[in-house]
Formats: sequence, structure tokens, C-alpha cells
Amino acid sequence: MKRISISPPVAALLLAVILFLLSGLLPNGFGSDLDVARAQATNILRLAVFLGVIAAGQTLVIISGSEGIDLSAGSVVTLTAILTYILVNGIDARVVPALLVALAVGALVGLINGVGITFLKISPFVMTLGMSGVVTGAIIVITHGSVTGKVAPLMTRLIARPLSPALQIPNAIIIWILFGIFMWLLLERTTFGRNLFAIGVNRITARLSGVNVNGINLLTYSLAGALAGFGGFLLVGNTGVVHLQLGQPFLFPSIAAVAVGGTLLSGGKGSYWGTMAGAIVLTLITSLLTTMQMPDSVRRMVLGGTLLILISIYGRQRSLRQ
Amino acid sequence: MRQSRWDALIARQPALFALILLVLSLVINFILQPNMFARETLNSNMRVFLPIILMAVGQAIVILGGGIDISVGSIVSIVNTVLATRVGLDGSPEKMWQYVFLSLLIGLLAGAINGFFISSLRLQPIITTYATSFLYAGFALFILPNPGGGIPADIASFYRNSTPLNLPLAFYVIALILLIWWYLSSTRYGKFLYAVGGKAEAAYETAVPVTRTQFMTYVISGFMAALSGIAITMLSGSGNADIGGPMTLNSITAVVIGGNALSGGIGGVAGPVMGAITLGIIQNIISFASIDTWWETFVKAAIIVVALAAPGIVNLFRRRA
Repeated sequence: MKRISISPPVAALLLAVILFLLSGLLPNGFGSDLDVARAQATNILRLAVFLGVIAAGQTLVIISGSEGIDLSAGSVVTLTAILTYILVNGIDARVVPALLVALAVGALVGLINGVGITFLKISPFVMTLGMSGVVTGAIIVITHGSVTGKVAPLMTRLIARPLSPALQIPNAIIIWILFGIFMWLLLERTTFGRNLFAIGVNRITARLSGVNVNGINLLTYSLAGALAGFGGFLLVGNTGVVHLQLGQPFLFPSIAAVAVGGTLLSGGKGSYWGTMAGAIVLTLITSLLTTMQMPDSVRRMVLGGTLLILISIYGRQRSLRQ
Repeated sequence: MRQSRWDALIARQPALFALILLVLSLVINFILQPNMFARETLNSNMRVFLPIILMAVGQAIVILGGGIDISVGSIVSIVNTVLATRVGLDGSPEKMWQYVFLSLLIGLLAGAINGFFISSLRLQPIITTYATSFLYAGFALFILPNPGGGIPADIASFYRNSTPLNLPLAFYVIALILLIWWYLSSTRYGKFLYAVGGKAEAAYETAVPVTRTQFMTYVISGFMAALSGIAITMLSGSGNADIGGPMTLNSITAVVIGGNALSGGIGGVAGPVMGAITLGIIQNIISFASIDTWWETFVKAAIIVVALAAPGIVNLFRRRA
């Protein structure tokens, strides 16, 4: 049987364009007004940035295989957003230290995940789900239910505002493009990236060919935590406010975005470009459902159903007979 | 490497470790709460533990068969919202029975959907049941967007307060489950279950019906989750679409401390039942230890992670020794 040869990232982008054009036909869509259409497209891209960055770590752990997944990403985003908010407290000079703290805290949570998964042989799903609870507990301990702080003007200018009044593209999108190039270099042009794909395909052959499997696994989870921390930093810079459920809504879409982008959920194959396309598609679906005034329940069912359909297409395991 | 007597014992009786943990936590709880074996206290504990015990039994069977079921919490939520909205606070016992029956069908159907995708389409169990958990949780929220509704007070109090022969109702349920499991594990299906969980490819080559065996584990798990949902609805007496979500990880933790291997094929059901009781008692101990309320979530979550890590830590030290 000949397979239709269209790469998943391209398919996802096409899907995004079609969905966007269809959204224009909705009663409150943009219709034939091109300016409104462009503003809406920019807005969706801007929203996709945060999902895209949070899904970057998810992409790495999923490529690493052995049922790799990071369910602590949502709570790490909340924790680092809150830490940034408290530490910066409206002062420009504290932005860089706060960013470093966000990255370090994220990496630490990721490292604990990695130790549990690599050395204590806990399944990644269960370990990261457990850590998600621990991080949520830590958030409650730190905040005691209420947060006082403020984002700095510098963050708002660098993340939420456009580069110049003439160019109506928010900086977040430019940051995302640079971030995408960084992720591409990491995956395709470094030893770490090569080894990551190697352990994702087959850990035993990777070990026999001299790859430090445990080391790469630890590094992958730490890096995933740090990237979630970066996501939290960006998110608070954009919203300007924090609450205790800030990151959680991004968790399920972050996994779905990776799947939409054609990264194999069994590991060993994938790209960050795909995840970026997936993040755009999922943000589009979510915002479509919001425009159509669908309740949260329907949104959850659509997201769950989408992921189920996608893994039915991409996620089949080998048949028993082979 | 020579196997020590302890290793051999654990290998033959995976539930022994769970039993030791259970006795240990019971002793600590007894010191903190001397009246814990009084009829009232025992019953008020067991009725709280029963929903997790039921869920852990279903989870244990799925894990024995080499899978995992993340959707059990959402199935509990569906059952809870259906009962709370359809029976209502002033519903008749007949109505309650009808919807209890319907709930069990919902559990079987939800499990069958999971089983179809995993055993027939050969999708990964974790990610599939994670997707359906979102689907089912959305459905529960669709039925009951805001907490409310309920079941008649006398039905709830029947669950809460019946103590036939001075023993909690939960004891009879547990005895029944263990009896059924004892029978099931001696049947052909029981043998198939261990074979599939051990190594599915090898089982397939020796003519074990792998697809059907795996499918049935999810159906059983869905059914047990529905029972768990019925129990927790009678316990709380009211409806809340978010009631089941946090229970999922507890059920997996109960299975792990119960001595079953997460990779499948090793363990039983008695261990996970003890694991679930141990988890509940640990929660008791935490509340008796008068920890600052702000720290409670953190401590509970940390204990779950440590419990999950325990078998791995034991292995790590044994290899060194």
C-alpha cells in the first residue's frame, strides 16, 4: 500500500491555514476584512508562542523514548511564573537574575524527575505526575495562597509589545523564531541531539555504540524542566499577572502539540518545527472553541478526542505477528 | 549472584512487603489514635478507603496485564455526576438502583473503549488512557458543570453506617473481591493475564489470546472504577465533576506499594488492596501529626513520590550489597 507522503509538520501547517480560513466564516469571524484577519492571525500566533515554548521540553522527553513524557511541565510553569513575579517585583534590574532562577528551579525539578526515572526505574508518566503534585505543594507553601509582586516594565516591553510601532509583530513571536532556531541547532547540530535520537530509537544499541544513556536521559529531563521554567518566565511577562492555575491548562495541549507535529510518541523521531506547527494548530482549535462560546467541558472533550485520533494515526505499535 | 532467603521470599510473595508496610503504618496510627480499632472509628476509616481500594483492584489487573489505566479517575467523575444529577437528593431507592446499574454499564463501556484502542489498534496504554481521561473528564464536566446535586440521605447513610456483625461494610466488599480474584487467578484467564503481562510477544507465540486478554483488563478496570464511583458518591452524597481526577495517581501508587511490578506480570490483588489501605492510613497519620495546613499538599505528594520510589531504592541498595 502506498502511503501519502506529506510530512506531518507541513500537514499540521496546512490544517492550521484551513482552520483559520474556516474561522473567518463564523458569524463573529473576520469575514472579508483583511486587517481584522491579520490582527487575528497575529494574536493566535502570539498565544501559540507560550504553548510552543512549554512544548519544547515535552518534545525532548518524548523523543528520548521509553514512554518519556513530562507531566510536571504545567506546575513547573506555574511555579517559575510565580517566582519570577515575586523576585522581579517591578524592578528592571532584577529581570535577568529572575530568569536564571526560573531556569535553575525548572532544571532542578527536571533533574529530580530524571533521577527517579533513570536510577529508580519509575515510569516517566508516574514519576512526573507525582512530581507535579510535589511542585503544586511547593507553590502552596511559597505563596500561602496569595502572591504579591509585579512584572518589570522591561519584561512587558520585551515580550508583550511589538518591536516598533511600524512593525506590528509582538516581540514574543520574534523570541519564538529565535528559540526555534536554537532548538533546531540543539536537535540537529549537536552531539546531545544525535545521542537523544539514538536513545529514543533503541537504548540497548545506543549503549553498545558508546552513548552514555543514563547521562543523556538525566540531561534531557533537566533540560525539559529548564525549558518549562523559561515558558513560565515568558508567560508571566506576557500576562502580567499570576494565579495558582496558570500553567496547568498548557499541559495536555503541550503533549498534543508534539503529537500533531509528527513526533513519534514512542520516541526516536521528531522535530521542533513540527511541535511549533502543532502548537499553532492547537491554539487555533482552542480559540475557535472559545469564539464559538463552547464551555470548558466541550473544549476538554475536543482536545482529548484530537489526541486520540492523532495517536491512532501516528502512534501504532508493531503488530504482535511481526 | 546468590539469592538471599529474603530475596527468594519476596519473589514468591510480592505482597509480603506490602503487609509489613501495612502493619507498620497501623502500629504508628494506633499509637497516635488509640481508639482506631473501635467499631465507629474503624468504619469511618474503611468507608473512606473503599473507593481507592476498588479502583486499585482494577488498576492492579490492568498493570498485571502489562498496561496502565490513567482514565479511572475520570470514569469515577462520570459515574458521580450521573448519579448526582439523575437520582437527585429526593430520588427513590428504585431510581438509585436503576442508575447504579447504568453506572456499571458506563464503566464497562468506557473500559471497552480504552481496551479497543489499546488491544485492537495497538496504541500505547499510557497515552491512550491519558487522552480518554480528558475525553471522560470533559464529559463529566458536561453533565455537571458546577458542583451540586446529590443522592438521597438515607442511601448515603446506609453506605456510611452499616456495620453487619459489628464489622465495616468495606470488609465484606474486600472479602468478596479477594474471593473472586482467588477464583479468577485459578482460571485460564488468570494464567493468560500473567503470560501477557510477562511478555506479550512470547504469549502470542504460545497461542495465548493476547488481544482479548488485554481488552478484558480494561473492561474490568472500567467496571471497578464505576464501583469506586458509586462508593465515593454514597460517601460524599453529592456531585462534583473533579472528584475522580486526583484518585488516579493514588490507585497507581497503591498498586506499586502493593508489590506489583509496573512492567506487568508480577503481583496480585491482595497486595494492592493492602497498599490502598496503607496509603489511607498514611493520610491519617499526616493529619494526626498536626502539620501546618500550607504544607499538607506538599507532604502528601512527597510521600507518594517516595512510596513510588521505594522499590527502586531497595533494588539499588541490594545491587550494591
